[in-house]
Amino acid sequence: MSLISLAVAAILFGVGTYLILQRALSRIIIGLGLVSHGANLLIVIGGGFGGVPPILSEGVDPATVADPLPQAMVLTAIVITFGVTALLLALALRSYLLTGTDEVEDDPEDRRVAREVHPVVEPDPDEDMHEVVA
Amino acid sequence: MSWLLPSAIAVPLLAAGLTVLVGRRLAAQRVLAATGVTFTLGAAIALLVQADRGGPVVAQVGGWAAPAGITLVADRFSAIVLTVSAAMLVAVLAYAVGQLGRDALDWWFHAKYLVLTAGVAMSLLTGDLFNLFVGFEMMLIASYVLLTVRTGPSQVRSTVSYVVINLVASALFLVLIAFTYGATGTVNLADLAGRLSEIDPAVSEGLGLLMLVVFGIKAGLFPLFMWLPDSYPTAPAPVTAIFAGLLTKVGVFVIIRTQTLLFPSEGPSTLLLFVAGATMVVGVLGAIAQNDVKRILSFHIISQIGYMIMGLGFLSVAGLTAAILYITHHIVVKTGLFLVGGLVETEQGTGALHRTGGLLHRRPIVAVLFLPLALSLAGIPPFSGFVAKLALVQEGVALGRGVIVAVSLAVGLLTLFSMTKIWSATFWGEPAESAGRAGSGVLAATAVVVATSLAVTVFAQPLIELSARAATELLDPAIYITAVLGGG
Repeated sequence: MSLISLAVAAILFGVGTYLILQRALSRIIIGLGLVSHGANLLIVIGGGFGGVPPILSEGVDPATVADPLPQAMVLTAIVITFGVTALLLALALRSYLLTGTDEVEDDPEDRRVAREVHPVVEPDPDEDMHEVVA
Repeated sequence: MSWLLPSAIAVPLLAAGLTVLVGRRLAAQRVLAATGVTFTLGAAIALLVQADRGGPVVAQVGGWAAPAGITLVADRFSAIVLTVSAAMLVAVLAYAVGQLGRDALDWWFHAKYLVLTAGVAMSLLTGDLFNLFVGFEMMLIASYVLLTVRTGPSQVRSTVSYVVINLVASALFLVLIAFTYGATGTVNLADLAGRLSEIDPAVSEGLGLLMLVVFGIKAGLFPLFMWLPDSYPTAPAPVTAIFAGLLTKVGVFVIIRTQTLLFPSEGPSTLLLFVAGATMVVGVLGAIAQNDVKRILSFHIISQIGYMIMGLGFLSVAGLTAAILYITHHIVVKTGLFLVGGLVETEQGTGALHRTGGLLHRRPIVAVLFLPLALSLAGIPPFSGFVAKLALVQEGVALGRGVIVAVSLAVGLLTLFSMTKIWSATFWGEPAESAGRAGSGVLAATAVVVATSLAVTVFAQPLIELSARAATELLDPAIYITAVLGGG
């Protein structure tokens, strides 16, 4: 059981990392969601094996209950990720409305400094972007 | 006095909620924001006095005992950093209100600013790894929104990279929490300190390195700094000033806290010293290549972080004393420099060095405010940076670490060079076109920050003694652990 969960977490991290490394903002957001899910899953795994619900009442042996702390932590983390993902989606929409593309561009100042050093080698930024889309 | 700990976080949060409730009544919002931030400053000072006299102040929120509940701790180190941070938050709030239209343009500026305040206070005061995550997130979410409101294409672009990098760091932080909890069964820092020494040393070393990476991204350490100079300069002046002054320093604070409390070791750490040296050199070289006031200053944040890590790398009382002094000095000076950068932009409409000039003749007051801060950043006596740098160099020489001392002195010289670049392009030369006039409110707020930086020099001796007491406390984790967990 734990091994399967670990494998799932590993896959989530792998796919998420691949998506984060893309240029399109929508893919990056999906990638971040997957990576956060992987991290949350890891916390649940870190809590050990399951047990009876952690509600202490008469007739419940404390040794058999599931660890409630990782669940509380994961709930908090999920809420935070949810909020930030919503913000990022709003940003992606803003970026699309302002620039008409979904791409994350290079820093213009970095490009300027790079051009000063290598005036010829620096490729045309638009060309560079099309390559990634293709 | 332990009620001060949760209220230093809760009062600004409560005020943030109330600013939303009062709606578009600017005067009421301003009063609430000022109250919330000033309360945190007052609480921080009270905690500092208390922690200095009677040892760490501890509160168990909700009444649950230590490893299970939420622990808040203020020892000398966290109280010092919180006091300086809160003082800067008050000054920058005054600047934001004085910069006509900044808070009127954005109705929820005060709410976000108060959440940022609460997040900073929580990150500094928490005694628990997961609450540290929550504190970081509060701080960062407020910062995302502060960066993006009323933005054009360039800000959206740079904010996206800022948010994405920080989210990746947050995901890594969650992984760190999962591994730590899986390996030790606790996320309470004091409890962790005991349990980490009982588990396999390889696992504990791995956790230590993961912590360094996670908090290194937040602090802007080499080689994890690249997001910082890209995102900070595009924000409005008061926002950049508070980010530059506080956010990375919270990362440094956490690095120092975790390395000293969880992974105590003897003697200087070559890894940390290498990272410190590389951070200094790369930051300052980046600054020299730039041609914009705010971008130069942003690269300097990175280079200065190196000095703090250098103090930690010595892992001695004198080294940590210097690191604490450096953090204190740096928070004030960096906030002040970005506020002056904002003044330059207000006066000339831009911070690009090829379009500014002649400000010395037109508004000498701006030059007067810039000079002590710039010289202090470079470590020229008698300004505050000199006191901190001298302490670092003395300890480096005493420990026989000549390479890092030489690097730090050379970087100081290059810092001076890039400050001269700002000075000659902005204050000398042909007067550029006037774009506006900085009001008396913003000038007064900046002057207060400059005066605070000068006060660091004037009161250097008591401050060094206080920092030395804080450093001694840091190097004896037993004090912290006993305060949190009780006699056991």
